[in-house]
Parts: sequence; structure tokens; C-alpha cells
Amino acid sequence: MAAIEILGLEKTYMVGFWRKRPKRALHPLHLAVEEGEIFGFLGPNGAGKTTTLKLLMGLVFPTSGSARILGRDWTDPDIKAQIGFLPEQPYFYDYLTAHELLDYYGQLSGVPAKQRKQRINEVLHRVGLTDVKGVQLRKFSKGMLQRAGIAQAILHDPKVVFFDEPMSGLDPMGRREVRDLMEQLKQEGKTVFFSTHILSDAEALCDRVAIIYKGELKGIGAVEDLTSTVQGKVDMVWQGTQVPASIKTLGAECHITGETVRAVISEAQQDAAIDVLRRERLRLISITPVRTSLEEYFVEKLRKAESSAGGAA
Amino acid sequence: MNARIAYIASNTFREAVRDRVLYNLIAFALLLSGAAIFVGQISIEIEKLVVINLGLTAVSLFGVVIAIFIGIGLVSKEIEKRTLYTVLSRPVRRWEFIIGKFFGLAGTLVVNTFFMAIGVFGALFYVAHKFTRPDALILVALYFIVLQFLIICALALLFSSFSSPLLSAVFAFSLFVIGSFAEDLRGFAGMAHGLTRWLASGAAYLVPNFSAFNVISSIAHEQPVAAQLIFHNTLYALFYAAMALSGAVLIFEHRNLK
Repeated sequence: MAAIEILGLEKTYMVGFWRKRPKRALHPLHLAVEEGEIFGFLGPNGAGKTTTLKLLMGLVFPTSGSARILGRDWTDPDIKAQIGFLPEQPYFYDYLTAHELLDYYGQLSGVPAKQRKQRINEVLHRVGLTDVKGVQLRKFSKGMLQRAGIAQAILHDPKVVFFDEPMSGLDPMGRREVRDLMEQLKQEGKTVFFSTHILSDAEALCDRVAIIYKGELKGIGAVEDLTSTVQGKVDMVWQGTQVPASIKTLGAECHITGETVRAVISEAQQDAAIDVLRRERLRLISITPVRTSLEEYFVEKLRKAESSAGGAA
Repeated sequence: MNARIAYIASNTFREAVRDRVLYNLIAFALLLSGAAIFVGQISIEIEKLVVINLGLTAVSLFGVVIAIFIGIGLVSKEIEKRTLYTVLSRPVRRWEFIIGKFFGLAGTLVVNTFFMAIGVFGALFYVAHKFTRPDALILVALYFIVLQFLIICALALLFSSFSSPLLSAVFAFSLFVIGSFAEDLRGFAGMAHGLTRWLASGAAYLVPNFSAFNVISSIAHEQPVAAQLIFHNTLYALFYAAMALSGAVLIFEHRNLK
């Protein structure tokens, strides 16, 4: 069963003060996220990622379309007990301490009083806020607030977690911890849907990704499929401090780093290059096909979208 | 009461306390003790009258100011600061949020009024050295003041559900002032003719009739309050607050939180 099914959700806002005109924030979106997946929702700023999440959370109402979460209508308030949500750049009641904030959210999510205290301590430990649980949130740094946001999203042990730009405001260490946390959530069988514009995070974490641009879905698929477009080139690494002249004649792009040489060469010239290395008695370390990175795929998709929009205009 | 409403109300109350709203009690205590000492020195036999009038008017005004200035931000501030996102993404209905906020603010005002009432009785005891049976009527005046607060809280929430805090404050305060002269407006409607009469009557019955809740002066003169008025005012306040809250819920249920 799909954990999240988005069935043509669309949002058009009316903008302008005197003469209202429609502005489409999200074109009809169709998307399904399987249970237990980490799904990345990628796009540049203003692409429609946050609008989609707000629609799914019932914070804004769609112009048309619907969605199902864990097989139930997304407008059913009770399904929200199974959902965790971290908004982008979260802001909380800053007069509360981290412990009080989680207690309040636990109450609203229906976590029984007996389990609440234990659960709060667990999640505070998990996000590294145990030492500051008695400190008011107004004294928290941006990174600490982000951690508190993650804690409130997973406090009630939800089955589906939505994170809007979860790495925002975090230092490299914090980003690493959030990535580990998302991996753990997946291992616990939870579905993670997160939006980001940091592609390295998506590439490292996601089972599948969708790319959205100007409110339109531009591509969707498994990260391996999207990045497995072999460019007809191989990456060869051997031990050595110089590049044999006959390798250069094969059209290789070579870089020497210390005791190793890396060369990108066309697949057709691969055997000829191996022969050269044998003749020169150089030790071959590895040969791997050159794949498109998620970033290259993403940029290519956006470039195509830009040019087709320009052509249509 | 629904548990989620109680949690939201309790958090709203906690916010008011932590934002030092109850500090107004200090200003109130200073005002009242200063006044009691002052009238105790200069007036003869009218000390009680002055203390009751001044004390209850201060209770009413302090409460109205708090109700308006907290009430107008209850919804709009949560939208602006986006604290609402993590509340409404839980199994919380939008109407529960509005009702919870209302009870939280009303609770704050009741607690505030309770402490101010102690102050009024304290000042009264200071100037009169004893309590008499008619002093119990002060409780009726305090009850009417609390009923007034319920209406103002609901109106402030109604405005806060669709307007900016500044405009909400203007609307709520204007309604409070017009409502305090509702009886005069009704009198004027009775004397007017034609379209003016219709318009004045419509306005007079639409704005909250706060003048019916003001029994401070008669109580200071130890005049009894009719049971019928207590019953009528209770029903009126509950009905008016319920209507304003329904409006707030209706608007908020359809509002996009951008």
C-alpha cells in the first residue's frame, strides 16, 4: 500500500490588491510514496515544495484534487496522529522549555500521560537536546530550534514523517546527525517524505526522488535509475606518477594525485588503455563507469524546463 | 471539555502568565492603595462610594485592555509566527483551536479579575474597617464585568481570525466604546425617523450592549440588582459570545495559512 498518494492536488492563489489575478502555485500533482521509503522532494526555492507540504498538512486548501495518507482521506483529522511534520524554519512557543513544548505537542497528539514523559526523554536524547530540556526556546540557536522541530515531529511515533528542508540551519555535524536519524526512521519502517534543495543529501538518503519546478512535476524515479545514465565513459585509476603518451592519444582526461593517476576515457578505448597499462607495467586499481550525478540530472531537467518554457513564450 | 481544547486553553493561559500579563495587577494594586489612602484622608462618608466606583471601573478597564490586546493576536500572531503549523498538523480541529484560545484568554481574565477583586475588597476594608451586607453586591458587578470580558474576548478573536492585529484592535476598541453607549444609541433610534431610525436601530441591536452590564454606580449607592437583569445579562453575554465565536470559527475553518 502507498503511504502517501497525491491525486491531482492543485493550488491557485488569487494575488493583487485591487485587481485580483490567479497565480498557480502548484499544477495538478500526482505522486505515490510507498511505505518505508525515504522520498526526496526536490526543487529550487519557490518551486512549490512547501505549498505541497502545506496542502498535505491541511494548512492551505487545494483548488482541486485530493490525497490519501496511509489509505485514509488526508482531511481526516485523526490520521494526523500517524503523521509527523517539521515545517521549514520552524518557530515555536518561545516562552516554553523544550520539555514543556514536547509535553504540549504530546498532549495534542494524544500520547497518554504515562508514556509521554518517557517518550519526551527519548526524543530529546535522540536529537541531542537532553542537556537543555529545561531552557526556554527563546534562548535556543537556529540549529537547536531545528532539532526541537525534529523532536516534535517524531515524538508521537508517527508512521509517516514529513520534513520541510530538515537540514536548513544545521552545521555539517548536525546535517550528518539528521541524515542518520532519517536512516534510523527508515529502519524502523517509517515513511519519510522530505523536501530539500540540497542534492547531496537527497542522493545519499533517498530511495526515490521527485523533481518539481515552478509548481510542476518534472521527473520522478529511483535515485539509482536517475543517476545510472552511463555517459559512455569509464573512470580508470592506476598507480603511477605520470601518464603514458599512448594513453593521451586515446583522448583521456587525466589527473595525477600523489601516487595515483585518474583518467576518464571513452568506453570504446577502454581495452586499448588496459593494454597500454600492461605494456608499461602499471598497476590498475579500478575501472568504473561514469554515472550522471543527481545534481547533473537535476540541472539538466531544470534546463529543459526553462528552455521549453522559453520556447512556449 | 474536550481534552485538546483544555490543553490549548491551558497553554494560552501559560503564555499570558509568562508574558507577564498579570504584572498589570501591580499597577492596579498601586492605583487602588494610593486611591484608598488618598480618599481616606480627604473625604467624609463617601470613601466607600469612591473606592467602589474607582475599584470596579479599574477592574473593568484593565480587563478590557488585556482582553483586546491579547485577543487580537491570539490567531494572527500564531499565523504570522507559524506556530500554528505544528498544532494544526496534529489531530486538532480548527474549531478546537479557536475555542481553546477563547477559554485560555477568558481564564486569564477571570484569574486577573479574582486578584483585582481581592484588591477592591481590601481597599474597601481599609477605608470602612468592616464589611456590610450590601458590599456583597460588588460580586454582582464583578460577575457582570466578567460577562463583558467574555464578549470582548470573543469579538477580539473574531477580528483576529481575519484581520491584522492593528485593525483588530481598532475594531474591538470601537465596538467596546459604541457598546458602552448602546442604550443612548437605542434612545436615539427611538426618536429618529425613516431610514435613520432603521439604521440606528440596526446598529444599536448589532453592537454589544455593554451599558446593560454597567451597574457599578448603582451598586456603589447600595441599590440592589434585579435577579431578572442577572439572568438576562448572562443569557445575552453567552449568546453574543457564542455568535462571535461561531463567526471566528467559520472564517478560520476556510482560511489558508500562507
